[in-house]
Amino acid sequence: MIRIRNLAVRIGDRLIASVPELDVAAGECVAIVGESGSGKTTTLLATLGLVEGAAVSGEIRVGDVDVLTAAPADLLRIRGSRAALVMQSPQAALNPTMRLGTLMRRALARHGVKGGEARSRADEAVAAVLLDPAILRRYPHQVSGGQAQRFAIALALALGAEVILADEPTSALDVTVQAEVVAVLRRLRDERGLAVLFVSHDLALVSTIADRVVVMKEGAVVECGRADAVFTRPSDAYTRELIAAVPRLPGHSGERPGEEET
Amino acid sequence: MLRYLTRRLGQAVLVVAGVVILTFVIMRLVPGDPAVAYAGPRASPAELAAARARFGLNDSLPVQLWSYVRDLLGGDWGTSLHTRRPVRDDLFQAFPASLELVGAALVVAIVVGIPLGIAAARYKGKLPDLSIRISSMLAVSVPVFWLALALQTLFASGLGWFPVAGEYDANLDATSPLHVYTNITAVDALFTGNWPILGSTLAHLVLPALVIAAYPAGVIAQMTRAALIEESSRDHARLERALGFGETAVLTRFALRPALNPVLSLIALVFAYSIVNGFLVEAVFNWPGLGRYAADSIRSLDTPAIAGVTLLVAILYVVANLAVDLVQGVIDPRVRSR
Repeated sequence: MIRIRNLAVRIGDRLIASVPELDVAAGECVAIVGESGSGKTTTLLATLGLVEGAAVSGEIRVGDVDVLTAAPADLLRIRGSRAALVMQSPQAALNPTMRLGTLMRRALARHGVKGGEARSRADEAVAAVLLDPAILRRYPHQVSGGQAQRFAIALALALGAEVILADEPTSALDVTVQAEVVAVLRRLRDERGLAVLFVSHDLALVSTIADRVVVMKEGAVVECGRADAVFTRPSDAYTRELIAAVPRLPGHSGERPGEEET
Repeated sequence: MLRYLTRRLGQAVLVVAGVVILTFVIMRLVPGDPAVAYAGPRASPAELAAARARFGLNDSLPVQLWSYVRDLLGGDWGTSLHTRRPVRDDLFQAFPASLELVGAALVVAIVVGIPLGIAAARYKGKLPDLSIRISSMLAVSVPVFWLALALQTLFASGLGWFPVAGEYDANLDATSPLHVYTNITAVDALFTGNWPILGSTLAHLVLPALVIAAYPAGVIAQMTRAALIEESSRDHARLERALGFGETAVLTRFALRPALNPVLSLIALVFAYSIVNGFLVEAVFNWPGLGRYAADSIRSLDTPAIAGVTLLVAILYVVANLAVDLVQGVIDPRVRSR
């Protein structure tokens, strides 16, 4: 669903993200991990052509559309309907003056879905992320962070997106709500074959959802591979540092990625 | 929303109370004896004493303040020293014309300023933005009396497109007399179907309203641009772009509504400012509004009239702000829940 080759994002002379190769297939979750400033969010936004004030080169394909050479109208068309964004701070990502249902209706109308079809798609999508349909009548400040984040995922579903681009989707949520949101994403990946590109700095969380992992540092990819392999046998020193930094409860074993069970 | 409005109403009452005390102090601080101003410089001591007794000038200050407040609440705003009429009646007659002029100016300013602000934000850093910013800066900085004289000389005296001065053609009073209800000529003419006077009033309104509109249009355009640029850099705008909306749609269909809050507060501010700013314009175009009355009052040290004008402008400011609070509550659900 996503194919990235030789991606380079530059601001002036400075290379802020460089990804030689990254693919996300249907029904697969690929996580990009790294500290802040490692270029992971830039890579994710570049997938939708949403990086502002920077020069982007290489090849990015979402389905059959080449993002970097597509006509502006084609680019607008795939945003939302092919690949949808789920952002870090869920409430700030929703327009404060708009009911959630209004946003959903406008987004659907933007992609040509109106009337009864729009209503049934909205209800179905909201139910798929286990939200009460009444939430569509609420404003962003009237819902919790977890509800707002699940609504963002519902937007993607209603629009028929095949790819979800999740930018630190859980870092603004508390731990139990994090687990709920990840569970929703995992279920949609497994049941509907959605491709998920998941950006996070939280390795413990990543280990619960990612099939493959890409580790980035200072704009470059330092390691990539199957999640279990990267977590149990990290080849790069930076990856080992990241894994060692995952907090662990005293006397509690087996939760920490990178530690083989004994 | 109710709690929010009650609090705003309380604040408004406090502001008006402060202005009442201030006008009272001003009346006592203004040099010159009000009794002399009223009775005339050649009045006998007996006449002066009578004037003093009439205005309660022999009482202690707290007693004078109390009777001032009591009179104001009872609708007695004092007697003008130069017209010898109740200040309230004078204000009722002069103010509607000012309201008509400034109201028309604000409509022009909003209709022009907000779209210009949107266009500037849409083409940020490009030629349209640059030209809108330069023209709004000019509109804000050009002295209002200069603009009034320039437009009057060019479009009225020179080209003859618009009348030079006045509120409407006085000859029309003979052919189609106006029935007065609100004292706002355009409104009275509209509702009584007096088309000759309505047409004449609108033609007379154009130039002075444009002059007064210049400053608010400029600041509204700049504020709209700034608020839209800020709003369109927020997280929600990124999500809206990611949903497939183009830049114009993000600005007009999504960012505009939350961006209107600061613009509305600004409109309330410039409304009261424009009433006073309009005094000079009224003088140039001989508009029968508050400006001429205020100028005459200041010239003749007419303290009750000056206090009346001051209090009226303060009340207008407070009412405009309350109206904006209400509108903000309607357009922004976050305000409602405060």
